[in-house]
Amino acid sequence: MKFVFDEFKEGMAIAFAAIRANKMRSVLTTLGIVIGIVSVTLMGTAIEGLDRAFNKSIAMLGSDVLYIQKWPWGDRGDDWWIIKNRKDVRIKQAKDIEKYSELAKAVNPATGAMRNIKYGQKLVENVIVIGTGSEWLETSGATIAFGRFFNRLEGDGGRPVCSIGSEVAANLFPNENPVGKVIKIGGYAYRVLGVFDKQGSFLGLQSLDNRVYIPINRFFQEFMSHRSDIQIMVKAKSVADLENTKEEVRGILRKSRGLEPKEPDDFAINQQELLIQTFNTIGGVIAAVGLFITGMSLFVGGIGIMNIMFVSVTERTREIGIRKAIGAPRRTILLQFLIESAALCLIGGIIGIIIAFPISLIIDTFLPTAMPLSVVAIALLVSVIVGVISGFLPAYRASRLDPVDALRYE
Amino acid sequence: MSSIIQLSNITKFYQVGEEKVHALDGVSIQIQKNEYVAIMGPSGSGKSTLMNIIGCLDTPTSGLYELNSTNVSDMNDNELAKIRNKEIGFVFQTFNLLARSDVLHNVELPLIYGGINSAERKKLARAAIERVGLTDRIHHKPNELSGGQRQRVSIARALVTQPSILLADEPTGNLDTKTGDEIMMLFDMLHKEGNTIILVTHEEDIALHAHRRIRLRDGKMEVDEAIKNRKVFTQPKTVMA
Ligand SMILES: Nc1ncnc2c1ncn2[C@@H]1O[C@H](COP(=O)(O)OP(=O)(O)O)[C@@H](O)[C@H]1O
Ligand SMILES: [Mg+2]
Repeated sequence: MKFVFDEFKEGMAIAFAAIRANKMRSVLTTLGIVIGIVSVTLMGTAIEGLDRAFNKSIAMLGSDVLYIQKWPWGDRGDDWWIIKNRKDVRIKQAKDIEKYSELAKAVNPATGAMRNIKYGQKLVENVIVIGTGSEWLETSGATIAFGRFFNRLEGDGGRPVCSIGSEVAANLFPNENPVGKVIKIGGYAYRVLGVFDKQGSFLGLQSLDNRVYIPINRFFQEFMSHRSDIQIMVKAKSVADLENTKEEVRGILRKSRGLEPKEPDDFAINQQELLIQTFNTIGGVIAAVGLFITGMSLFVGGIGIMNIMFVSVTERTREIGIRKAIGAPRRTILLQFLIESAALCLIGGIIGIIIAFPISLIIDTFLPTAMPLSVVAIALLVSVIVGVISGFLPAYRASRLDPVDALRYE
Repeated sequence: MSSIIQLSNITKFYQVGEEKVHALDGVSIQIQKNEYVAIMGPSGSGKSTLMNIIGCLDTPTSGLYELNSTNVSDMNDNELAKIRNKEIGFVFQTFNLLARSDVLHNVELPLIYGGINSAERKKLARAAIERVGLTDRIHHKPNELSGGQRQRVSIARALVTQPSILLADEPTGNLDTKTGDEIMMLFDMLHKEGNTIILVTHEEDIALHAHRRIRLRDGKMEVDEAIKNRKVFTQPKTVMA
């Protein structure tokens, strides 16, 4: 054991002496590994970030909420035209579910439009105006920072009141309390009841804070016909009840929409689960393809290492001969060159991580990720493995050299 | 008394294109402990080939080689490496030192492969370096040393494992006469201390240090004789200082 350790120490000393003796060449050789490690770690970081962003966004949908819409989430198959021609989901269906469902904890219709909002001289353009019911907080899981959401009375009565997203609040009311103030949404006056907590964005695409929420009955009067397409959110009493709730809601909807028993559903009941499935398939493919492509650059880097190790073995044929002549067994020579190759790659890996880390911080600004420690550890491990694999053939050749031939080599 | 080296009918052939080169062609030699043998012969007569086989760097095409009564003629690579490490001290014409390592490390190297621990290694290596008179150059690299000094380092490296035989293939071939004489005095001293020495040379003067002379020609043994008029040198110690 002691013997192996001394041999290993000797191998390390030789490797670093050799690398130091050929600084320029070593650096150029490791470049391939550097690039490989940078791309693989960044790809790993990005995939991790995508995953986290998705999970965070998807949690907003709530695992116990059903979304009744014309369009299904995920795979639509070839039915695009059929779906397109479906009857809209209407407010009447929301009312029917509310009336007949026993399993639903909360039912809430929602629809939206884009409008400009004014307060005094201040203008915010293209804010998403959500027309919804008073159960919004229950079905969306969003929370109010201060003030309140409109109640059932105000909602059903279509009162001109609103609750506003944190970004809208910050833009219109930089230094005053918005609650009680009257703002103009698309030209109509609304009294602000409350301000939402900051929510961020959904899948990194659409800010959830640049929104205002008004009673849907008011929305139908001022922004859109009550016959237009909406979505209905149904919160089950618990996740365990979700499937039963879904069946019950399906029955109610079929009846509400006057479907004959043999006709297929002309609506979609969406849920978080569907998106997760879709994401897992797509995400898995993206990850596999991405890692494969970036892995290729690591492979090319490995070939570069193999090449230079062959050069190194040839250059040091005589040294190998000397070592063998004074009693170095094959194993020792093999180990020596494997260590050199692994050390070269490890250096490349470390440089790669040093380069990739600041870039990962840039990625962090649009995806919630930082280079995970696991990626760093794996990257270093991978570079050592690449080194051992690409060094093996040259090292094996070195270990098999005939001592007399090696000593004669000029 | 059994011999340290027993070579029986050793041949070594090389296939060069169509032609078969008989580097050694049926050589039989016995060498006893503490002998001092000079192997001579014209260039291409098979001297180095014989040395490489005796030194276990190479294996014969046919014939039997027993070293310390052990048959080494058909050992594998790793077994031979072990024999080279423990039993053989090799001194080369071109020194064959590791250019990037200092004197101490060069001398220490066989002990590393022999599995000796670091403290013991340093002690033995320093002792060997002292015996060849290079203690004050212990941390020099080979390119900071003269030819004679380099050859002393390689002798120290050959000695450090206390091998059964010291083999030297034209050890003075790359040195001027004066330096060559100094190296030969070192060999004389080592022989007096009880070492078995075999050296290859084509200089009659150098061969006169030995007790026995073997002449090869075309891979065959031509002469094997005792040397009567040995050269007598002054005490090596004075030269060593
Ligand atoms: N590897 C080899 N391949 C072919 N021929 C060789 C090889 N090594 C030695 N020989 C030949 O064997 C003969 C003896 O060589 P060598 O032992 O080196 O002679 P010496 O050392 O006496 O000059 C020479 O004719 C040489 O050309
Ligand atoms: Mg020769």
